[in-house]
Amino acid sequence: MNALPALSTHGLSVSIAGKQVCRDLTLDLHAGMCVGILGANGVGKTTLLHTLAGLRRADAGRIRLGGTPIESLSRRNIARQLGLLIQQQEDSLPASVLETALIGRHPHIGFWRWESHHDVAIARRALKVTGLDGLEQRTQTHLSGGERRRLAIATILAQDPTVFLLDEPAHQLDLQHQISLMTLFAGLARDRGRLVVVSLHDVNLAARFCSHSLLMFGDGETLAGPVQAVLTAANLSRLYRLPVRPVSWPGGTLYVPEQEPRT
Amino acid sequence: MQHRIPPLPLLSTLVVLTLLVFCVALAVGSVPLSLHAVMDAFRGSGDPLAHTLVTELRLPRAITAFSVGGLLALAGALMQVLLRNPLADPYILGVSGGASVGALGALLAGVSGLWISGNAFLGALVSMLIVFALAHGRGGWTPTRLLLTGIVVAFGWGALISFMLVLSDDASLRGMLFWLMGDLSYRGSSWLPLAVLGIGVIVWLPFARHLNVLARGETLAEALGIAVRPFSIAIYISASLFTAVAVTEAGAIGFVGLVIPHILRLVSGSDHRSLLPGVALAGGSLLMLADTLARTVIAPQQLPVGVVTAAIGVPLFLYLLNRARGPL
Repeated sequence: MNALPALSTHGLSVSIAGKQVCRDLTLDLHAGMCVGILGANGVGKTTLLHTLAGLRRADAGRIRLGGTPIESLSRRNIARQLGLLIQQQEDSLPASVLETALIGRHPHIGFWRWESHHDVAIARRALKVTGLDGLEQRTQTHLSGGERRRLAIATILAQDPTVFLLDEPAHQLDLQHQISLMTLFAGLARDRGRLVVVSLHDVNLAARFCSHSLLMFGDGETLAGPVQAVLTAANLSRLYRLPVRPVSWPGGTLYVPEQEPRT
Repeated sequence: MQHRIPPLPLLSTLVVLTLLVFCVALAVGSVPLSLHAVMDAFRGSGDPLAHTLVTELRLPRAITAFSVGGLLALAGALMQVLLRNPLADPYILGVSGGASVGALGALLAGVSGLWISGNAFLGALVSMLIVFALAHGRGGWTPTRLLLTGIVVAFGWGALISFMLVLSDDASLRGMLFWLMGDLSYRGSSWLPLAVLGIGVIVWLPFARHLNVLARGETLAEALGIAVRPFSIAIYISASLFTAVAVTEAGAIGFVGLVIPHILRLVSGSDHRSLLPGVALAGGSLLMLADTLARTVIAPQQLPVGVVTAAIGVPLFLYLLNRARGPL
């Protein structure tokens, strides 16, 4: 494993609107890891990801990207190393699917330059990987919800960062695309030396594809570690305030909710 | 699939169109001139009356119309990206309201000429600063906050304008209404707005790809390496300045700034690298053509040019919108 973490936090405290998201969080995230962030609705997963991307300030603590304090890097410099898949994208002004994917190349193209054939080739490959090839000239507003989500994923693939921060990438995707998406990103981490940090609502996707997990319990409490150590029935029951039972199957362990939530 | 015209053919067509309209604007009027006579007038040979007519009346007016139309369309395209709202136009944030109050104040006071322009420009700047300061507020500088602040300030200016119109006597009322509807007659310098337009396009063109990214939303733009806040402020200030120059020069000519960017987006897509020069040329030619018609259709009477831009633009836009498949 690489000595220098791709992304690290030291004593990180983040809050939003008076609510504590994390307190004194220290993490060393290395290239090759696929880290699943799990937590209940409104616990601050998005806020944490945006803070890690340098989009908002932390209350205390440090974030380092490739060893450099993130606040000392320019936005452009960050964007060359770190990509953020946001939850909701605006599309009030029309653009084609290919144009949208090409947007991901923006941080890599010099101020006076246009997209090269190389950039177009990268964008087309990203569209192919996300199953959007053939739709290049379609206006993005003509796509279905799931297709738009895949287009956003194609855009971040075209950006080709070393650190991927993905905010609920599986949202709106059907079962087939959820699996191919997670296979893709787990592969990028394992085989291509990327760091993937991904917030998920599906515990079983995290258990199956992630190497590590960060649990956010609310009130700033967090727990991080390898999936086998962290994803236990006890931890998950506490996380979602509902009894979760592990079920063995040939592929590993599934976690299923047992009954109605406790009140 | 919608057929889109690629940038190069689009821009060359627009250049040809602009030149064509320019020739028409010089040749048509109370004394129709042949193209040959127009060329002679430029060289100084030929009829001295034609010379005066072309170089002192029609040329400055055509250039002013072109620059004002171009500036409004450019400001409109920038505002639409800034607010990420297809309904945004150069006047939406109250710049024209401030300018109108300034100009009407000067007309009420009975002063004329440069005072009107100076006051209008001042009014536009005051409005721009008020909206900027208030929209800043305590929290962030979101498009919604900016939009609401601008619309409310514009509404306030509108009330003041109505108040001034009620106060004014019948004699000056007509002049005021013409100013409000937009009017290109008796205007002074024609080169300043053209220079502003030229500089505007040249300065913004290298940032066109940034505009493409910002059009997809603030968070995404920030995540893709754009310092959104300073960039947005730069867009706001320059779009407001372009609008202020245009309004000062020709009053509040509506429609061009809203619809020209949309027409260009419909025919050739929304890459701002071709859109920015495209809207400048298209907005300029539309206003130049509209002004030529405004001063000839019921000559010697003049129509407010805003009426003509709408008469040309409304059917054209509706046709294109109808032709386009699916949502904008």
